[in-house]
Amino acid sequence: MSAAPGITPPILQISGLGKRFGGFVALADIELEVGRGERLGLIGPNGSGKSTLVNCLCGTLRNESGSVRFEGKVLDGAPAHQRTRAGLARTFQLPRPFGTLTLAENLRIPILYAVQSRDGRAAADIDRRCVALLETVGLADKAARLPKDLTQIEMRKLELARAMAAEPRLLIADEAMAGLSHGEVDDILALLVRLNEEQGITIILIEHIMRAVLSFSQRLVVLVAGRKIADGDPRDVVRQDDVVAAYLGS
Amino acid sequence: MDISFDLLGNALVSGLLLGGFYASVTIGISISFGMLDIVNIAHPAFILLGSYIAYIMNSNYGFDPILVSIVATPAFYFLGVAIYHVYDVSFERRGDTALRGLAFFFGLLFITEVSLTLIFGVDYRLVDAIYIGPTLHFGVIDLPLRLLVPALVSVAMMGILQLYLSRTFIGRAVQAVAQDPLALRLMAADPSRIKRIAFGLSIATASVAGAILIIIQPIEPSVGRDYIGRIFAICVLGGMGSFAGTLVAAIILGVMENLTATFFGPSWAPAVAFGFLLLTLAFRPSGIFGRA
Amino acid sequence: MKNSIFVLWLIVAALLTFVAARLIDNAYFYFAGYVVLQYIALATAWNILGGYTGYVNFGIPAFIALGAYSTVVLHKLTSLPLIVMMLVGGIVSGLVGVGTGYLTLRLRGTFFSIATLAMAVVMQTLVTNWAFVGGSRGAYIIRPATVQYLGIDYIQYLFLMMLGLCVLTVGVARAIEKSRLGYGFATIRDDELAAEASGVPTLRLKLIATGLSGGFMGMAGAPLPYYVTYLDPASAFSLSYAVNTIAMPLIGGTSSWLGPILGAILLGTLQQVATVTISSALSLLIVGVMLVVFVVAAPKGIIGWFWK
Repeated sequence: MSAAPGITPPILQISGLGKRFGGFVALADIELEVGRGERLGLIGPNGSGKSTLVNCLCGTLRNESGSVRFEGKVLDGAPAHQRTRAGLARTFQLPRPFGTLTLAENLRIPILYAVQSRDGRAAADIDRRCVALLETVGLADKAARLPKDLTQIEMRKLELARAMAAEPRLLIADEAMAGLSHGEVDDILALLVRLNEEQGITIILIEHIMRAVLSFSQRLVVLVAGRKIADGDPRDVVRQDDVVAAYLGS
Repeated sequence: MDISFDLLGNALVSGLLLGGFYASVTIGISISFGMLDIVNIAHPAFILLGSYIAYIMNSNYGFDPILVSIVATPAFYFLGVAIYHVYDVSFERRGDTALRGLAFFFGLLFITEVSLTLIFGVDYRLVDAIYIGPTLHFGVIDLPLRLLVPALVSVAMMGILQLYLSRTFIGRAVQAVAQDPLALRLMAADPSRIKRIAFGLSIATASVAGAILIIIQPIEPSVGRDYIGRIFAICVLGGMGSFAGTLVAAIILGVMENLTATFFGPSWAPAVAFGFLLLTLAFRPSGIFGRA
Repeated sequence: MKNSIFVLWLIVAALLTFVAARLIDNAYFYFAGYVVLQYIALATAWNILGGYTGYVNFGIPAFIALGAYSTVVLHKLTSLPLIVMMLVGGIVSGLVGVGTGYLTLRLRGTFFSIATLAMAVVMQTLVTNWAFVGGSRGAYIIRPATVQYLGIDYIQYLFLMMLGLCVLTVGVARAIEKSRLGYGFATIRDDELAAEASGVPTLRLKLIATGLSGGFMGMAGAPLPYYVTYLDPASAFSLSYAVNTIAMPLIGGTSSWLGPILGAILLGTLQQVATVTISSALSLLIVGVMLVVFVVAAPKGIIGWFWK
C-alpha cells in the first residue's frame, strides 16, 4: 500500500484491473490507491496503457477483471455519466468540445447534468458560474464563440474548464498540456495546483512533459506494457533502473 | 405440417443458390459500408439501374444480360467515383456524414426509384436468356439454371474482387483505409483517392448484381427496397468488410428465407431478412465471426 | 419568449388558420391543408430525434402506419372519439420507437438508421399478413359526415385535430430546444463520448427523443384512415412519407423548431400544387432532388440563409 496512510480512506482504489483487446493485453493486474487530496502523476511510454486505464476508470471502456472503487463505492459496470455524477471527471487527450454549442454552453452541460443531478436541485446562477470558470482558464472574452474559433491551446483550456465545471472530487487530466509552450504549461500547472490546494480536488495527471510531471506530482506511477512497474516518490521513481530502461531503451 | 424430404432438400438447395446471388448484391455494400464506413443505402437503387440496363439491351437487341452488365461496369464505376466525390466534398470534409450524408443517399435512392418509375412504369419486367428455362435434375433435387448461373457469376465476381484487393497496391490500400489509416499514410496513398476508387468499385458491382437480379426475378422499381434490409443484414452478419463472411451470411439468409417461404408462405419472406437484421444489430453487432 | 407565451401565440395562429379556412369555405382547401398540417407535425416530430440528437430515423412510414392501424383496430372494436385514438396511436408507436431504440441505440448511429428501415419492412409484413386489419387488400373506414357537437363537417374536424397536434408538437419541440433536455440532445449530436463524460445519460436521452418523436408521428398517422377512408399497407407504408418527412426539416433547417415548419409548408404546398398541375410521381421527384440539393449546397437549410 503506497497511498499516504491516514484517517481518511483512499478516494480511488483499483485492484486487479485487467483489460484486453482481442488477444492484446492492454492492462494487466493493476493495483493502485489514490489518497484524498493527492497529486498523482502517471507516466509511461506510448501504448503503455495509460489512456486505457483512464478509459476504464471513467467508464468509456469496461474492464474485464478487477474492480474500481471510488469513495468506497464499486464503479464496475457503471456507465460513464454516473461516474462523472459521482465526482470523477476527466479531460480527453484530444479535446472533444461540443461543436454546435458556445463556450459558455459547453460548460453549462456538466453543471446541468453532473452538478444538478448530484445536488438534486437546479443550480443557481449557471450563467455566472460558466463565465467564472471561463475566467479561470482565461477564455471569458470568448464565452459566446463556438469551439471552432479556438486555437488548439484554447481548446485544451476549454476541455479542462468543462471537466472542472462538473465539480469533481477526482480530476483526471489526460495529457492536458501536450503541444503547449513553456509558459502555458506553467499556467495550466499553476491552475491544477490551485484546484488541488484550494478546493482539495484529487488530481491524476497523465503527461509526457517530464518537467511538468515532476514539479506537479507528489507521487509518481509508471506503466509499461500494461503493467505498473513503479510507484512512489517521483525523484526515486525516475532513478529506478527499469523506468530508465523503459524510457531510454535498454 | 407434412415436411417431405424433397421439399426440404429443394428448399435448402435453392436457398443455397439464392444465397450466392445475395452475396453479389451485398458485395458492394461490404466494400462501401464494411470497408469505407459509407452508409450507401442507395445501393439497391443502383442495382436496379443495372437491371433496367440489362433489360433494355436484352429486350431490344437480344444481348445476354450478364454480358451487358459486365460491359457496363466502367460506366457504373465512374458513376460511383462521381457520387463519392460529391459525398467527400459535401459531407466527409464537413464532418456531417451522420445526418446529411445519410439523407443524401436516401435522396439518391428515392430519385433513382422515382425516375425508373417515370420511365418504365410499375409493370414487372424480365429478361430472356438460354439459361433461364432449363433445370438440371439430380435425383429429387432440382437445380434451376436460372439460380445456378447467377450464383456462379456471383462467386466468380467475389473471387476476382478478393484477388484484386489482396494482390494489387490499390487493393491493399483499400483494405488499409478500413483497418489501419496509419499504414495507409505510410504507403503514401491519398485516402480520398483510395476511397473514391473503392466506392467506384462498389457501384460497379451493382451493374452485375442488377443483371443477376433480373435473371432471378421479374423486377419493378420498388423491389430494390426489399434488398436494403437483406444486404445490410448480410453485411453486418458477415462481419462488415469480409468477403468470406459475406458469402456465408448470404447463404444462411438465403436458406432461411427459402425455408420460410416454403413452409409459411412467400409473404413472410421479407420479414426474415429484416428480423434477422434487427436481431443481429441487437445481439451480435460484430457479426457471426466477429468478437463479441 | 417564455414557452407559455409561445404556446399562446401558436394557439392564436392555429385559430386564425382555422378561421381563414372557414372563410375560404372550400372542401379542397381542407383536404390539401390537412396534408400540409400533417407534414408540419411529422417533420417537427422527426426533427426532435433527427435534428436535435442527430439520429436519422428512416422508419417514418412504420410509425405513421402504427398510428393509422391502431385507429383501424379501435374503429373496428370500439366507438372511441378520434382524440383518444390519436393518443392510443401515439402511445403504441412511441413504445415501438423506444423498443427499437433500446435494441439499437447503443450502437453507432448508422446502425440505428438501418434498423429503422428494417423495422418498417417488418411492420409492413406483419400488417400485410394480418387479416383483421384487412391484410394486403386493405381496410375501408366509413367516415362520419359531420361532427355533431361541433356542428362541422368531418373533414373540418380532421383539419382541426391536425392543427391541434401541430400546436402540441411545435410547442414541445420549442420547449425542448433551450431546456436541459435540449442541451443534452445537442451534446449527443456533437459528441456522445464527451456528453457521457459531462454526466449526460446519453442512452436515456436518446430513448426519450425516440419515444417523443415516434409517438408524435403515430399521433399524426392516427387520423389517416378517416382521411383516406381506404387504407392498405402499400399506401400506409409509402416511402414518400419518409422522403417528405426527412426532406422538410433538412430543407427548412434542423437547428430550430421553425425549420421543419418552413420546410413542411414549402414542400407540402409545392406538392399539392404539383400533384394537381403536373403529376404526383414528378412532384415526388422534385422533393427528392430538392433534398439532395439542399443537403449538398445548403446544409443549414432555409433558416441558415437568414441567421447563423
